[in-house]
Amino acid sequence: MAAETKQFLRVENLSQSFSGLKAVTNFSMQMEEGELVGLIGPNGAGKTTIFNLLSGIYTPTAGTIIFRGEKLNGLPTYKVAQRGLARTFQNIRLFADLSVADNVKIAYHQHVTHTALSSMLRLPGHYKNEKIMRDKALELLKVFQLEDKAAEQAKNLPYGQQRRLEIARAMATEPKLLLLDEPAAGMNPQETRELMELIRWLRETYALTILLIEHDMSLVMGVCERVYVLEYGMLLTVGTPDEVRSDQRVIDAYLGEEAQ
Amino acid sequence: MRWEKNLILLAAAGVFFVLTSILAGRGLISRFVLLTMTQVCIYIILALGLNLITGFTGQLSIGHAGFMSIGAYGAGFIMKTFDVQAGPTLIFFIPFALIFGVLVAAAFGVLLGLPTLRLRGDYLAIATIGFGEIVRIVLLNTKALGGASGMPLKQFVGWGAAYWLMLLSVVLIYNFVNSSHGRACIAIRENEIAAETMGINTTKYKVMAFAIGAGLAGLAGGIYANHMYMIQPSTFNFLKSFEILVMVVLGGLGSITGCILGAIVMTVMNNALGIFPEIRMIIVSVLLVTMMIFRPNGLMGTTELRLPFRRGPFGTKGDMTNGG
Repeated sequence: MAAETKQFLRVENLSQSFSGLKAVTNFSMQMEEGELVGLIGPNGAGKTTIFNLLSGIYTPTAGTIIFRGEKLNGLPTYKVAQRGLARTFQNIRLFADLSVADNVKIAYHQHVTHTALSSMLRLPGHYKNEKIMRDKALELLKVFQLEDKAAEQAKNLPYGQQRRLEIARAMATEPKLLLLDEPAAGMNPQETRELMELIRWLRETYALTILLIEHDMSLVMGVCERVYVLEYGMLLTVGTPDEVRSDQRVIDAYLGEEAQ
Repeated sequence: MRWEKNLILLAAAGVFFVLTSILAGRGLISRFVLLTMTQVCIYIILALGLNLITGFTGQLSIGHAGFMSIGAYGAGFIMKTFDVQAGPTLIFFIPFALIFGVLVAAAFGVLLGLPTLRLRGDYLAIATIGFGEIVRIVLLNTKALGGASGMPLKQFVGWGAAYWLMLLSVVLIYNFVNSSHGRACIAIRENEIAAETMGINTTKYKVMAFAIGAGLAGLAGGIYANHMYMIQPSTFNFLKSFEILVMVVLGGLGSITGCILGAIVMTVMNNALGIFPEIRMIIVSVLLVTMMIFRPNGLMGTTELRLPFRRGPFGTKGDMTNGG
């Protein structure tokens, strides 16, 4: 398993401190292409910080992130996104005043080739690219069952649909690796089950690799192949859902007795 | 459908122009009214530029008069240097001077944009005020450009040119905003982190917004310089920047028709109340306060006035690309 030529994602000794507070310490992880991996741990364990480090919002204090053979840390956020790493946010960050369709179209923007000038002069390149964008957006909205809401303002959607729209928007960047930060937060059991199906379906259809943070254990244990457990910014353990579930340290730190 | 609609709009614009020209020629529109109309055009161009920066991209800028003065002095400099006289050479020199003003102003937009766009909100606003004041004071102390007494110029640009250039600016900005690039700017306003995470180079689009906005201010400045006989540094002071900002806010940040409306209302009001200078500012203030109470998002908010044309099936707010 060691020293593979081109690992999909390799994170080594990642650390992040905020003026003395060590949010993440010496975190290492590997992911193979096509894997579906979970990241769990109690509140404040540093899960979202790791997402922020991976997606380039924070620059790590120490450590390296190698994504498909390329070093990611130090790259500006938008370049990380252009390398094929997309994410959703724990506290939803949609473009609230824009339409659902525009939210998705904006995420597709990095793939358009026409210049601003050709848009201002309405040259053929503008129409061609806008049409591609519109078709792509419509296609994604259909997948996420949001096509009848295309013209609606994003902020007017119900909570569950806003979460779905966030994933749709992330998918519009055409990612290789998708980071989902608590995708089931605020969803009822029925919606969570549907989300689970959607995640599985996305992975198969788009050959996607997914890393997700989630507190809903039914979702984590249901879809993830491996689970990383964090505590106090450090890796507690990693294993299959069954291994993690029966690990006494995980039970003590996070799951609690009844989860057995 | 797209062309049909555009042709109708163009025809309407042409009819309005011909009508005003005939009426002005017969003396039915007074010189004062025609001057006001020209000023309205200049202010619409200014408001469009600032709206792109502040309304659509969300970067609070209060130095727009600085860009305007750069365009005005840039265009004036060309007219003075080549000692342009009335005659057939104007066909060449007027566009040359205006484009020169636009380019210089846009270059300053980039120059101001690159270092200051790390700043946010109030801090950016203060930096842009500083920029506007620096430009004014530099002009005030530059003897070659006339210093405090200003630069006398001839009136070569009238109502017609101002009107068509205003319409051109409206079309360019409308097309920009309703495109992928414009949406990238709006995404920055809506949520900068999310925009960045979706692969949008936010610095590039902020600088682009500043460059286009500054370029338009430069155009307005060039028209102003070639219309008003005289440009002086004191014309382009902080209050001018503020006035432009008020137009955009009054009309609605992020609405093109809104800022046009704001520019019309403010300019007409300023000129109409010119005979009562003591109470002018009071009335403007009362108007603003009233608006804060009843329409806190401006006259138009972020919506646009729309003509009753058919909308496309996937036509979303601000999306006219699929047939209107």
